[in-house]
Amino acid sequence: MELRLQVPSGPLETKWTRHRSEMRLVAPANKRKYHVIVVGSGLAGASAAASLADLGYNISCFCFQDSPRRAHSIAAQGGINAAKNYQNDGDSVFRLFYDTIKGGDFRSREANVYRLAEISASIIDQCVAQGVPFAREYGGLLANRSFGGVQVSRTFYARGQTGQQLLLGAYQALARQIGRGAVRMYARHEMLDLVVIEGRARGIIARDLVTGKINAHAADAVVLATGGYSNIYYLSTNAKGCNITAIWRAHKRGAAFANPCFTQIHPTCIPPTGEHQSKLTLMSESLRNDGRIWVPSRPGDKRGPDGIPEAERDYYLERLYPSFGNLAPRDIASRRAKEVCDQGRGVGPGGNGVYLDFRDAIGRLGRHVVAERYGNLFEMYERITGENPYTVPMRIYPAPHYTMGGLWVDYNLMSTVAGLYVIGEANFSDHGANRLGASALMQGLADGYFIVPYTLGEHLALVKPGGADTSHAAFRQTEQEVTERIRKLLAVGGRRSVDKFHRELGRVMWDKCGMSRNAQGLREALERVRCLREEFWNDVYVGGGSEDLNQALERAGRVADFFEFAEEMCYDALQREESCGCHFREEYQTAEGEAKRDDDRFTHVAAWEFTGVGNTPVLHREPLAFDAVHPSVRSYR
Amino acid sequence: MKVELHVWRQAGPAARGEFVRYDVADVSPDMSFLEVLDVLNEQLVARREEPIAFDHDCREGICGACGMVINGRPHGPERATTACQLHMRHFADGAEIWIEPWRARSFPVVKDLVVDRSAFDRIIQAGGFITARTGSAPEANSLLVPKRDADLAMDAAQCIGCGACVAACPNASAMLFVAAKVSHLGLLPQGQPERYSRVAEMVAQMDAAGFGACTNHGECMAACPKEISIDFIARLNRDYFTARFRRQTSDVGGDGSEA
Repeated sequence: MELRLQVPSGPLETKWTRHRSEMRLVAPANKRKYHVIVVGSGLAGASAAASLADLGYNISCFCFQDSPRRAHSIAAQGGINAAKNYQNDGDSVFRLFYDTIKGGDFRSREANVYRLAEISASIIDQCVAQGVPFAREYGGLLANRSFGGVQVSRTFYARGQTGQQLLLGAYQALARQIGRGAVRMYARHEMLDLVVIEGRARGIIARDLVTGKINAHAADAVVLATGGYSNIYYLSTNAKGCNITAIWRAHKRGAAFANPCFTQIHPTCIPPTGEHQSKLTLMSESLRNDGRIWVPSRPGDKRGPDGIPEAERDYYLERLYPSFGNLAPRDIASRRAKEVCDQGRGVGPGGNGVYLDFRDAIGRLGRHVVAERYGNLFEMYERITGENPYTVPMRIYPAPHYTMGGLWVDYNLMSTVAGLYVIGEANFSDHGANRLGASALMQGLADGYFIVPYTLGEHLALVKPGGADTSHAAFRQTEQEVTERIRKLLAVGGRRSVDKFHRELGRVMWDKCGMSRNAQGLREALERVRCLREEFWNDVYVGGGSEDLNQALERAGRVADFFEFAEEMCYDALQREESCGCHFREEYQTAEGEAKRDDDRFTHVAAWEFTGVGNTPVLHREPLAFDAVHPSVRSYR
Repeated sequence: MKVELHVWRQAGPAARGEFVRYDVADVSPDMSFLEVLDVLNEQLVARREEPIAFDHDCREGICGACGMVINGRPHGPERATTACQLHMRHFADGAEIWIEPWRARSFPVVKDLVVDRSAFDRIIQAGGFITARTGSAPEANSLLVPKRDADLAMDAAQCIGCGACVAACPNASAMLFVAAKVSHLGLLPQGQPERYSRVAEMVAQMDAAGFGACTNHGECMAACPKEISIDFIARLNRDYFTARFRRQTSDVGGDGSEA
């Protein structure tokens, strides 16, 4: 396996512009002859499908939800970054680029990140043109707020529902193309495998979730926009349906998987309440703009928040990171929360929580301003916990939220399989070892609106349209394998439910490969995951049949893939003998407990090649070169 | 706490459905309503019975996937709360709870509590958008939008497309859903060029999908988990009549726009 980066030469600032003028083009009259499959309809998938259809390509788009409007991008709350410098506070493309590279702890590719920062401004233009109702100032201009890890205000937002509004913008653009017949939409369809013929991605095998029918779909290129894999932990802020199946299947067919152990744990989520907990709810990071995080100074302090005087409160982020305070980046804020809880200073049931307190903000700004900024988040918190955050401080705890790892892609966002493009959270490309807040929406839309519509031409211009239809042996073969696997899942007929296995896998991964990791724990996890996987295939009970809506069967397939992937994640965490960003190896830390990178040995992307279930995957390294920035110790103190 | 559930079970679109009683013990007041169904489904699986099918995804009240009629009310008894965000602390110990799918001709039952809401997608496809080709957008701040208009547009844009408004309406009308989109886009300067063609196309598609007419019951607003106001229906009606009128006069294009 060879990692061909395809990064254009020349100065960082001109790479993308030059590349765009030099890329191959497909003539307008020929575009409709090319059929492109887009899997996923979130920000990346919907924007890509709509933009490609607008260009004239013939598009099929797949999503497992009942409507493309329900993809998980919809749940993003806080905002989207763009280097517009509307606040005149010194922002620039370079600064956004630099913040993102530094935020990612110098483990991402300069050229990709620079392009992302460059494109960011056009995304806001595009979304406003579509009618996204961003927050405005009284004079009618767009409003901004600040977000974790940066010192400028560059985040655009639509109340606490930015993801929803951006997704509805992309969904409506997609709907328009469906209406005019340029996109064929397959809702309630799940991609179960990738079909590769002579090294080229030529289509997918998908299951109609209502009829159970397995169908082959041929195309000239396949774009995966299927999101991240935080649900490997069972409990995460991801929607219940989020899964790794599409990218894992593609990995098994030859696409390298990059940095699987880079998983982000978000600091501000509502703590779990018990065994029945089915998912975790995020409270937007934007709350940290005005909320102050604290715990009692004394371990085991059982007094209510009101009873603890100011002098006995530890505002630990403000104390440890005076220049960023409560806006310290996510990885740091999460780790510090875990640390104070481990010291016995956590609050709430089980001691798994820290306070996020708005008392001072309400005093300073008045209740109505706080309500205007965060009203819907406060309501959401109250609905879930039964507590009113205007009078009682919120309790929060870290939870898995986003995965920086994903399929390896080159500068054109193509994977190691020709004709297979990967966009949005599903790829690894822009966030290194840690993603900054309000950057996921930016990346999803950059990939979908402004990168893949151009770079796809690089591949399509080289291949003739058509040439492989679903009667090809490879389609028949892959389809058979998919059918056989479903039959096997249903045939086990064991005693334990799919969810029981998923919970157990999640617990192992959270304990051993979660917020902090060590070599011994990772080895134990590898052992445990292997045993569990075997037990799964011998003792799972799925029930029902394969010929109608069977939600347990859907989940079983996804959990089976998580089991295979879990091992690769542990291998990756084990080989990366350094701490960087979200990957915190306990053996590698400074005296102050900060992550200690090892730039000599690990300034690279770890791209794994699949070699069979249960076999050790093969590691390929993409060295990272830093020309425009100098990797420094990432300090927020 | 314990609850007595009566759940609508229906094997498929053409099958005959019925309520089936299930008793669930050990329900925690901190559980969400869907988590009770999860617990029940685990018990059904353990007994080798088919679990209850229901749509759900984000479980944060924003994706709009979940939706069921709980004791006669879409999404249950709590104001501004989707079924996934409804917590058991709002029910009494021993409560008897009846759970049904959305009931509307335009939302046929797929299985148990799952219905087909693709009619909503078709309404958006018919005109619920602003045509803005990728790449040709002007600089964002070149267009000033008064905060009042942006806020009002956002109030309408919050619709999650769950279908509770249809389920609540005695006529199974989709007017609140359509009104929310028509108002969101029609309130913004970007939405003006297609304002009248949009409303005409969306209403035509709504009628074609078999949704009923609005007779001002206001049940939709009461059931809406995002509390979208029926004021937007007034806006829809005004734009719709303007579109009709414009279409009938000779100085406009076929789509209702100024010629």
